[in-house]
Amino acid sequence: MATVENLPSPSTERPIGFGRLKRKEDARFIRGQGTYLDDIRLPGMVHGAILRSPYAHARIVSIDTSRALAHPNVAAVVTAKDLETLGLAWMPTISYDTQAVLAGDKVRFQGQEVAFVIASDEYSANDALQLIDVEYEPLPAIVNARKALDLDAPLIRDDKAGQRDNLASPTWEAGDEAATNRAFAEADTVVSRDIIYPRCHPAPLETCGIVADFDPKTGQLNIWNGNQAPHAHRTVYAHVAGLAEHMIRIRCSDIGGGFGNKVPVYPGYVCAIAGSIVAGVPVKWIENRTENLVSTGFARDYVMRAEMCSKDGKITGLRVDVIADHGAFDSTAQPTKFPAGFFHIVCGSYDLQASHVKVKAVYTNKAPGGVAYRCSFRITEAVYLVERMVDALALEMKADPIDLRMRSFIAPGQFPYETTTGWTYDSGNYAETMKVAMDIAGYDDLRREQREKRERGELMGIGVAFFTEGVGAGPRKHMDILGLAMNDGADLRVHPSGKAVVSISAQTQGQGHETTFAQIVAEELGIPPEDIEVRQGDTDKSPYGLGTYGSRSTPVSGAAVAVVSRKVRDKARLIAATMLETRPEDLAWEKGRWYVKGDPEKGAMIEDIALRAYSGEPMPEGMEGGLDAQVIYDPPNLTYPYGAYIAVVDVDPDTAQVTVRRIIAVDDCGVRINPMIVDGQIHGGLAEGVGIALMELLSFDAEGNCLNSSFMDYLIPTALECPDFELGETVTPCPHHPLGAKGVGESPNVGSPPAIVNAVIDALYETHGVDHIDMPCTPARVWAAMQGRAEPPQ
Amino acid sequence: MTINVSMTVNGTQVSHDIEPRMLLVHFIRETLALTGTHWGCDTSNCGACVVRIDGQPVKSCTILAAMCDGHEVATVESLEVDGQLDPIQMGFHERHALQCGFCTPGMLMTTRALLDENPDPTDHEIRVAISGAICRCTGYKNIVSAVRWAADHEAATANREG
Repeated sequence: MATVENLPSPSTERPIGFGRLKRKEDARFIRGQGTYLDDIRLPGMVHGAILRSPYAHARIVSIDTSRALAHPNVAAVVTAKDLETLGLAWMPTISYDTQAVLAGDKVRFQGQEVAFVIASDEYSANDALQLIDVEYEPLPAIVNARKALDLDAPLIRDDKAGQRDNLASPTWEAGDEAATNRAFAEADTVVSRDIIYPRCHPAPLETCGIVADFDPKTGQLNIWNGNQAPHAHRTVYAHVAGLAEHMIRIRCSDIGGGFGNKVPVYPGYVCAIAGSIVAGVPVKWIENRTENLVSTGFARDYVMRAEMCSKDGKITGLRVDVIADHGAFDSTAQPTKFPAGFFHIVCGSYDLQASHVKVKAVYTNKAPGGVAYRCSFRITEAVYLVERMVDALALEMKADPIDLRMRSFIAPGQFPYETTTGWTYDSGNYAETMKVAMDIAGYDDLRREQREKRERGELMGIGVAFFTEGVGAGPRKHMDILGLAMNDGADLRVHPSGKAVVSISAQTQGQGHETTFAQIVAEELGIPPEDIEVRQGDTDKSPYGLGTYGSRSTPVSGAAVAVVSRKVRDKARLIAATMLETRPEDLAWEKGRWYVKGDPEKGAMIEDIALRAYSGEPMPEGMEGGLDAQVIYDPPNLTYPYGAYIAVVDVDPDTAQVTVRRIIAVDDCGVRINPMIVDGQIHGGLAEGVGIALMELLSFDAEGNCLNSSFMDYLIPTALECPDFELGETVTPCPHHPLGAKGVGESPNVGSPPAIVNAVIDALYETHGVDHIDMPCTPARVWAAMQGRAEPPQ
Repeated sequence: MTINVSMTVNGTQVSHDIEPRMLLVHFIRETLALTGTHWGCDTSNCGACVVRIDGQPVKSCTILAAMCDGHEVATVESLEVDGQLDPIQMGFHERHALQCGFCTPGMLMTTRALLDENPDPTDHEIRVAISGAICRCTGYKNIVSAVRWAADHEAATANREG
């Protein structure tokens, strides 16, 4: 079986459409000529810095800014009191909660924003932070989600009228409780586990920030800000600031990674905008790494209890109860009708009899968030849980974990498949993909090697995970964020020269949109990709749409680009018919050319048609000149990529250090537009999965102090922790996507943590009786588990 | 209070009065407006800020500009000469060794230094060399491949010319 990596790259030929086209955007990045946020410099620009709370929970007794204001380079110090006069002290979150822009009454998490200093330079702004005197009256803090609803728990959100406890959202359910009870009553094997998906952080290498430039003469607000959804941000700012949307322009330029962290609007953005409005000059605010880790959108923090059952060797039922820790303000990023995101895809890739899911959310004295870290709306948590549970069930049944999965998979003939929690999976052949992964891994040989090593006292584990994701949110009848339908626009203009510009509402953070989207137009219109300019990241120059997260670029925006290209092609057909003096239905299309069916020599190239469309020659009856089109694409369903991952780990018996020796990732993301970029996405997500499984953790002590506030303590995998990833593929096209594509960006982050953790348990179960461990599998935690003292992360 | 520092940056002599506490990364980015060098962590963990000082790869967030007085500094902007890309830059493009591009300048300077020291590194030697640098996008696999591409390309060029 040839893996993707071994296939030759067609670098000698110039692919017109799909294929391993090298990236257009590389030219500036390899020269150090990218324009990231901190590279923006405007005349007269000043710098902001934020004073943050040292306490997780404390009443603010007083704030004295006089010494900071006396600093010669300080222009202004903004506190909640100042924002109140502008009506900006609180802002809406993307989950219909409110969040303090600057704390006025009390602080609710360590690192919360308390004051904003504006100074002539960054060094002075940070100096001035030391000159602000804040008197706090500390309060007891809640950091454990399980204790947030205790009767004696301190009330965190006393700012909210009617809030009597720390419940952030009431219990949300999916599936059928009664049918699930029946499945469990009829089962022959039942297992249960308490499983935590601990709090971690997307930590893009470029932190968050903004340059805000309000022009008092025109009333125009110009914003430079690397974010994943510029149009949605503009709508939020329009609401918050009371400005017309056309008076706000957001430009993203280059973004140094996002992974979900750059979806929300943060208090620092509002402070910088307010600062620019008040000061009348551009204000730049860039957070440092600690600010990024302690205050911006974290991920996961799901405390889960699950039961799974089987009958006659096949998985039949699943019952899940979740407490979601949203921190001090509910700023989770989910579609409105899905308060637990898409977590109810937890029924996984299996043909279950029934399942039932309950999720409730609590406030704690931790940073707000609950963004996806390279995952479509809580699917990572769901897949982790179900794939851990399948392995727990296999242990109990003394079954091979792959055999159990194979017996329980949804069969190819069952698609489209309605899951027990209400999803309609589009297409799949799960067993085939699993087999490809087993072939690449040499599964039977690995099991043999494992037995031999055990006899020598060596600890080796083989872990499996099979995931199904739902990506590409989403159909407007089901999905919106803050009332905005999750659709995406595309505008395509073919110029008289036959060169084209396509403007999209998706927003690259490294995904290679300039290349992939040019390839889609190239495939559809036969224009070489180098002649197609892809525009994004400027709200004045791109159509409305909800941006890039949840692997939605190809499923939604990519579909929009395919559809708009086809609209242009249809128009070109009518023009070609006039040029060729024939009927449109007598024409056939081949790349870049409409030709007469009975006389293939007679045809018109797209560039000739384009020239004609702008010329003085007659157009078809009733048709306007020009060759362009626009669409807003509303996906009929999510797409459902899936994959089979196998991890091989070695555990040092003396130090409990886990080494990930191999990861085999076989993804089926439907049709691949640029397989090189797809592979790159998978590599990156696998590395993050290694990090989450082994290293990455945001933990807190009992007082709510964040213990992982820099890269000294929040550990990101390097080249030495990551193995040489082995990829494979199967291709099952999406039946409802115009290109048959499904999206892939997040799959590796979804699939790899359960594979790695299952491998760690597989290494330790027989010899040490370890049947559960929570992430991250650090040496200390693995050692404790080996001694029978496994502790959940805090 | 300011002090004067003079150094050679990318072959050009520069001299500026700066605050003694100014970090080299800020001197390069703010004073010289060479924004190809990035910063990502403040704690010398991420390597986005790597430049070469007298040929050695150094994290420019961990050294004061004043400490470079009289030394030679090279940034990512020095790699392309007269419109000719350095093989390491070509390798990163050929092997899709970058996505968001934010770590790329530091990675390029780190791996250029590696190849100058060791023109034929093993994959493990490459991984050790870049282990002080974080990439969140690529999973490192294609970076290793890119460095191999550059090493092979340079060896082939040397053979042709030799």
